[in-house]
Amino acid sequence: MSEHTVSAYDEELTAMAGKVAEMGGLAERAFADAVSALVSQDLDLAKSTIANDERLDALHQDVEMKLIEIIARRQPMGQDLREITAASRIANDLERVGDLAKNVAKRAIAIDSSLQSKKLAIGVEHMSELALGQLKRVLDAYTRRDAEAARRVQEADAEVDAIYTSLFRELLTYMMEDPRVITQCVHLLFCAKNIERIGDHATNIAENVYYMVTGERLPEDREKYDETTSAG
Amino acid sequence: MNEMPSIEQANEMTESKISANKVQVFYGDNQAIKDVDIEIQPRSVTSFIGPSGCGKSTFLRTINRMNDTIDICRVEGSIKIDNEDIYDPKVDPVQLRAKVGMVFQKPNPFPKSIYDNIAYGPRIHGLARNKAELDDIVSSSLQKAGLWEEVKNRLDEPGTGMSGGQQQRLCIARAIAVSPEVILMDEPCSALDPIATAKVEELIDELRENYTIVIVTHSMQQAARVSQRTAFFHLGILVEEGLTEDIFTNPKDKRTQDYITGRFG
Repeated sequence: MSEHTVSAYDEELTAMAGKVAEMGGLAERAFADAVSALVSQDLDLAKSTIANDERLDALHQDVEMKLIEIIARRQPMGQDLREITAASRIANDLERVGDLAKNVAKRAIAIDSSLQSKKLAIGVEHMSELALGQLKRVLDAYTRRDAEAARRVQEADAEVDAIYTSLFRELLTYMMEDPRVITQCVHLLFCAKNIERIGDHATNIAENVYYMVTGERLPEDREKYDETTSAG
Repeated sequence: MNEMPSIEQANEMTESKISANKVQVFYGDNQAIKDVDIEIQPRSVTSFIGPSGCGKSTFLRTINRMNDTIDICRVEGSIKIDNEDIYDPKVDPVQLRAKVGMVFQKPNPFPKSIYDNIAYGPRIHGLARNKAELDDIVSSSLQKAGLWEEVKNRLDEPGTGMSGGQQQRLCIARAIAVSPEVILMDEPCSALDPIATAKVEELIDELRENYTIVIVTHSMQQAARVSQRTAFFHLGILVEEGLTEDIFTNPKDKRTQDYITGRFG
């Protein structure tokens, strides 16, 4: 896209997109660290992940202020308007991803027993790899303004959901077999739910990227169906 | 978006108040407007936007044949209002301009009293049989223009003594007084401060119930605020026309996109 007649406007938009991308980097990192702290019972990593969430929150507030400022000063229209609303929503999603990652890190500390549950954590690790891949790809799609890539991310969310459902069943089975692991399994279950939510945020971001680029809504191509709600 | 127009769209099309087809406007050898086709909906506000010299005002003025007053100006193609060709030789431009009123950029009240500013049109068009009827037209026009409360006690004072915003609303009241069906506005707020502008915009929104309004504006925010449909002109061509919300959030043409986002070189 060509440049604005007022070049300061371009600089503001670029700076804003840069900050959102930076938030994406922090959220991705927090998520990866939280899961690895959980799986390897690395308490230091868990603590630093929790502490780092402050940076993401601060950056989020910064982005929000900048967006309001741009709206007040420039009255964005067309593509610019879509970019700004998308940035605002994406920043919200990323802030939530950070919170969910922080919660996983907290649970890593709460579980606090050299897990006999290595076995139990494997499922969560696998699920988190998928969700992390989703988050990475959607952030790429945002920086490259790639609507098609965003659409694929939305499509692939079904996979994360499917794994969550099977993980839910698996953890339920463990708990029935051995009541001593119930506490651990419940924590893991919440972690899994958090990761599933992170996948949903990646999907939200994908929808916003798609709208930002094309001006059209990405049709929802599947029914939201959470088997665990009926299974529970 | 859809290839097939929906039933509503189809109905809308048949109900156009103003229908322009292949309109060309020349000033001598210069072509100012090329092949403009547009359907303008009744009882709605349509705004024309575009950079200076794009032809939006020229096109606006074809709708009540204001261009007739310019010797070297020539209009081709057809413009119909309620399915009647307004360039038909049988059409009397004076009658046409009563039906299609106009408000200009600079408020231009007559150097007469407030009362006479409004009463002038109805008098020459013979719309009132007696003084009482004329009084009614004056008061109702001023009421419709939201000016009555401000001026009812000084109707014999000169119109030129009012504030700019009041003068512009007086001009709108003057246009309304001859019971037009269409009101053309050529940058009606460009000489007004933001509060007077807001009052005029509020008035435009109220008038939309009874009149078809076409407004040329340099302020895209104004177009976005007051109109239901927006048309973007560039270099004498109608580039894109559509629902105002679509034009300002998701225009289809790159030139529209560049213009509304401030990227025009």
